[in-house]
Amino acid sequence: MTDNSLALNAPGPELDVVAVRHGAFGVSGSGDTSGFGGLTEAVAMPGPSAKPYGGWFDELSEELELAMADRGVVAGAIEKVVVDRGEITFFVRRDQLVGFVQALRDEPGLRFELCLGVSGAHYPLDKGRELHGVYHFRSITHGRQIRVEVTCPDADAKIPSITAVYPTNNWHERETFDFFGIDFTGHPALTRIQMPDDWPGHPQRKDYPLGGIPVVYKGATVPPPNERRSYA
Amino acid sequence: MSEQVKFLDEDTDPYATSYDSTEGTIYTVSGGDWDSIKAPSEGKHERLVVNMGPQHPSTHGVLRLILELDGETVTEARCGIGYLHTGIEKNMEYRTWTQGVTYVTRMDYLAPFFNETAYCLGVEKLLGVTEQIPERATTIRVMMMELNRISSHLVALATGGMELGALTAMTFGFRERELVLDIFEMITGLRMNSAYIRPGGVANDLPEDGERRIRETLPLLKKRMKDTTDLLVDNQIWMGRTVGVGYLDLAGCMALGVTGPVLRSAGLPQDLRKTSPYCGYETYEFDIPTQTTCDAYGRFLIRVAEMAQSMLIVEQCLDRLKPGPVMIEDRKVGWPAKLSIGSDGQGNSPEHIKEIMSQSMEALIHHFKLVTEGFRVPAGQVYSAIESPRGELGVHIVSAGGTQPYRVHYRDPSFTNLQAVAAMSEGGQIADVVAAVASIDPVMGGVDR
Repeated sequence: MTDNSLALNAPGPELDVVAVRHGAFGVSGSGDTSGFGGLTEAVAMPGPSAKPYGGWFDELSEELELAMADRGVVAGAIEKVVVDRGEITFFVRRDQLVGFVQALRDEPGLRFELCLGVSGAHYPLDKGRELHGVYHFRSITHGRQIRVEVTCPDADAKIPSITAVYPTNNWHERETFDFFGIDFTGHPALTRIQMPDDWPGHPQRKDYPLGGIPVVYKGATVPPPNERRSYA
Repeated sequence: MSEQVKFLDEDTDPYATSYDSTEGTIYTVSGGDWDSIKAPSEGKHERLVVNMGPQHPSTHGVLRLILELDGETVTEARCGIGYLHTGIEKNMEYRTWTQGVTYVTRMDYLAPFFNETAYCLGVEKLLGVTEQIPERATTIRVMMMELNRISSHLVALATGGMELGALTAMTFGFRERELVLDIFEMITGLRMNSAYIRPGGVANDLPEDGERRIRETLPLLKKRMKDTTDLLVDNQIWMGRTVGVGYLDLAGCMALGVTGPVLRSAGLPQDLRKTSPYCGYETYEFDIPTQTTCDAYGRFLIRVAEMAQSMLIVEQCLDRLKPGPVMIEDRKVGWPAKLSIGSDGQGNSPEHIKEIMSQSMEALIHHFKLVTEGFRVPAGQVYSAIESPRGELGVHIVSAGGTQPYRVHYRDPSFTNLQAVAAMSEGGQIADVVAAVASIDPVMGGVDR
């Protein structure tokens, strides 16, 4: 197991803090007598990795650098590389995304034929990079699978659409727009796909409440799930 | 609607309306009021837009199709989805990691064991305990998935047959599926939505005579499966409806991200069980059936052949089932109780209740903590993908170090494959739309989640 719990004042500028826990049980106002009530702990995602990444990751990253140079994608397009749990993640600057995925698809040494869609994630604590678009790609030719992560600030929630390169991302981008409010610029018809057209808000964001109503059964009231003790 | 709206027969039919637009007068009819439409203006092109679904018996669930027709020919086809959206991914962020299984099993309701396995493999990868999953649990998972593949393909044939008018295929298909569901009920207590595969292993072991009863069912299932498929293979009417219909070649599949039987009908033997094995699939002997016809008939043949291959895998699973634990040894992850199927379907084993209630206070505390609080998963993210009956089922799981998932996203193959409806049916006959959609075999529970 890896332990990503770190003290809040831990050094290093690259930490992606995703949660800050207080106390021992994740509840407040319940009279915690454990003595851990004042505990504050930050949880960060796995940090950036340095070369060599190990396995086929190094070969891939060399191919990628060559392909980027050939295609005029700036070298700084890759913000960082994270190797964790046997998977490699490239954090790519959003303005370079389309050129980057074009290289992924067309370069013979890369040949990621399948885009497995874009998933979103909302990290309110990751200031200036609150919204993440998480893309997965599979290369059938080389039997590889990678993740590409693109961030954008909540105040300017825009990521370029890659539907021109991977048409399969059409519905996936609509879904991520629907749930997170990320505007995929250049998408041919970015409309809601799951929620009704006139739905207010974007439900998968962390500031969007789960909703739910208390359930009364034989005189006892069970609060909705988001109001129950969660220990989170 | 704007002020331009004027009702034709406001007194009799409030839905029969017409209004002027830049493209000419637009009429809305809802059936039985065709006569109310005046002849289209001279020299203007007549376009007919038909709404099909979401409650139409031939759309394979609550799928809405919006078809633009020129006579019988479909000129444009668009899908409307979201009618079965239940917010499963959002709900999971408020439940423990183990409770998440109960949610994901309800996504693609025809392939619940695939949803569960994909999720559990992801959680185990996040925990870093993949190597510690007992062999018996993995074998049971494979067996349940392959039985599930058979039952799912049987429904694909049954509903696909029904939609094209082959009603006996429907009754046969559902009857045969019942044999598989009986096995599921015997093992998990439930026919569907079992929440049987859990992070760390499976919820409970096979019942004592489980192996024997599965072995007894297989020959009957095999025989009946042959009866069902014989109804359609080489059936001239069936071939007339499906050969050359719903054509999508390899380039189209790749561009649209289509996987599963549709991709294999274009000749590419892409199957994650072979290309990136999980659950020890590399140690089983089976083939990946392919066709090169790129059409609905080819997909049908692939499903028939895949059921036979799944049968082979189930037999191999039964042969290698050895006694042993079915839940991880790590007591911080493994559910403390052993379940036993009581008169109500399931429950905790009497021995476990006896231990925690009268012998070990620590065991009681441990049980209470793990069941109410759950276990923590170190922060990070994984993508875990398996081959579901419909293609690549991928799960993107993010943990923020808590007892609940931070984000779970399913890349459901039905969702992605459904994008191919336009490519498959535009330019064809309206009746072929039904065959094309049936050959994709979308399950709307998975599409909408």
